[in-house]
Amino acid sequence: MIQVKNLSKNYGDVKAVKSINFEINDGEIVGFLGANGAGKSTTLKMITGYLTPTDGDVIVNGLDIQEHQLEVQKQIGYLPELNPLYGEMKVYDLLEFTANIRGIKGKKFREALVRVLEQCSLKGVIHKQISDCSKGYKQRIGLACAMIHDPKILILDEPVTGLDPNQIVEIRELIKSLGKEKLVLMSSHILQEIQLTVDRIIIINNGEIVADGTNEELMAGFMGNTQLSVELKNCTNEGIDELVATIPGLTLNSVDQKNGSHFASFEYAKDEDPRESLFNHAVKSNWVITEMTSHTAGLESIFRTLTMEEK
Amino acid sequence: MLTNINIIFKKELKSYFNTPMAYIFLVVFAIVTGYFFTNTFFLFNQSNMRALFNIVPLVYLFFIPAITMGLIAREKNIGTMEVISTLPIKDVEFVVGKFLSALSLIALGLAFTLIHFFTLMNVGTNIDYGAVFTGYLGLLMLGAVYASVGTFASSVTDNQVIAFIISVFIVLVFFLMDKMLHFMPVSIAGLIQYISVDYHLSNISRGVIDSRNIIYFASLIGLFLFTTVRVLEIRKWR
Repeated sequence: MIQVKNLSKNYGDVKAVKSINFEINDGEIVGFLGANGAGKSTTLKMITGYLTPTDGDVIVNGLDIQEHQLEVQKQIGYLPELNPLYGEMKVYDLLEFTANIRGIKGKKFREALVRVLEQCSLKGVIHKQISDCSKGYKQRIGLACAMIHDPKILILDEPVTGLDPNQIVEIRELIKSLGKEKLVLMSSHILQEIQLTVDRIIIINNGEIVADGTNEELMAGFMGNTQLSVELKNCTNEGIDELVATIPGLTLNSVDQKNGSHFASFEYAKDEDPRESLFNHAVKSNWVITEMTSHTAGLESIFRTLTMEEK
Repeated sequence: MLTNINIIFKKELKSYFNTPMAYIFLVVFAIVTGYFFTNTFFLFNQSNMRALFNIVPLVYLFFIPAITMGLIAREKNIGTMEVISTLPIKDVEFVVGKFLSALSLIALGLAFTLIHFFTLMNVGTNIDYGAVFTGYLGLLMLGAVYASVGTFASSVTDNQVIAFIISVFIVLVFFLMDKMLHFMPVSIAGLIQYISVDYHLSNISRGVIDSRNIIYFASLIGLFLFTTVRVLEIRKWR
């Protein structure tokens, strides 16, 4: 369990993180979302003990990181952003080095090695020099190092950057299976990836948390309106104005005329679905509906709304 | 504590030998010291290794900053410092492990010069074995001081070239202090002489192991390593 209380970090005059609060429980996979420079990495660095907060506390499984840094670090596996690795080392040597520092030696190390090689599919490169490995392999080597001690808490800063689509699916499945018993906190700016992997999303902007909830909660809470695009034949502009006037809760965004058809785009509140009345109105006026599509706001537009409005 | 130092030490030593660094250092160090030693050895016709003990501190001036410049600066540069800092290991273990690996490489370089000692044993007479032993001890201590300076310089920047320049500068100051004594006012000359490395080194090289000299070297090493640990701690607060 991670508790973050009034956490702040200043870099000189720049306030990178402004008094944020959140709690993450075991067995949760949480996505940490934000534009570049929003304070994601800074927050993760404070949770892992790489940076000391200007103010506030990070409490991991009941231990304050500033007082019990080594104890906390034993429970955390961390994959930093950009995944720095010692290029001149062999994959095996790096895993052994990381395991040894974590106090895993001999038989235990061999067991751990078998486990992470399997989980990260690294068998093929175990005796290769790291600088000779491809980017996808490097990313998985970093992940293997973070997991070698089977930590209760995994903190992954941009874990899927630089992977090909197949590898992304593999890592996603891995994170999901790990998340059943572990706490996983991952940051990313790939929205689709976050949406597919995590249970809960925290959006951070300019050092402040602007949203915190499940994917569905965010959708419901932040974008009440649904977009509706309709293509109509035998219709007039006046007819559309009349349509908007008769159906409550429906607003017209734009209308366009092309090849004898009207392309109208509407917006309506979630609980006032106008599609049925729209259909009936069209039948009455002898219009032909050739297309009608509704789209709920995606995470992308929520993200854009939340992170743009402050600027 | 010791296990972690040992893990860092081994990893660092391995990485010296995984890159051309160690081989280049050892070979060039052997050639340079060998050249200066044998060049004058038969000319002077003396059964001692004074020539070697005089040349090694000079060679150190540039060689030790070169082998220590990457110790911490490189970790900062490629970002692995972040990985190390989030592993359950103390900064002091990290610093001492790094320092010891550089010191071992220096000791290995010194061990290669023992070949001159064997030459001496075969051709020389009335060899003062004690002076040879203390001479080597002095060189090792001096190497350790310079390595601690290098470790410190490597911790203040993430640029290896800057680290090299800083450590050459500090090492030069210590080296030249004794040679600048003539230009110093008498009132502080004694003090300057006492903090110069040459003064303490020459005592040891003469065959006198005085605890004052040992304490001098040990406290310099301690000072620089302690400062290094502090520098690493400051980074977290920035």
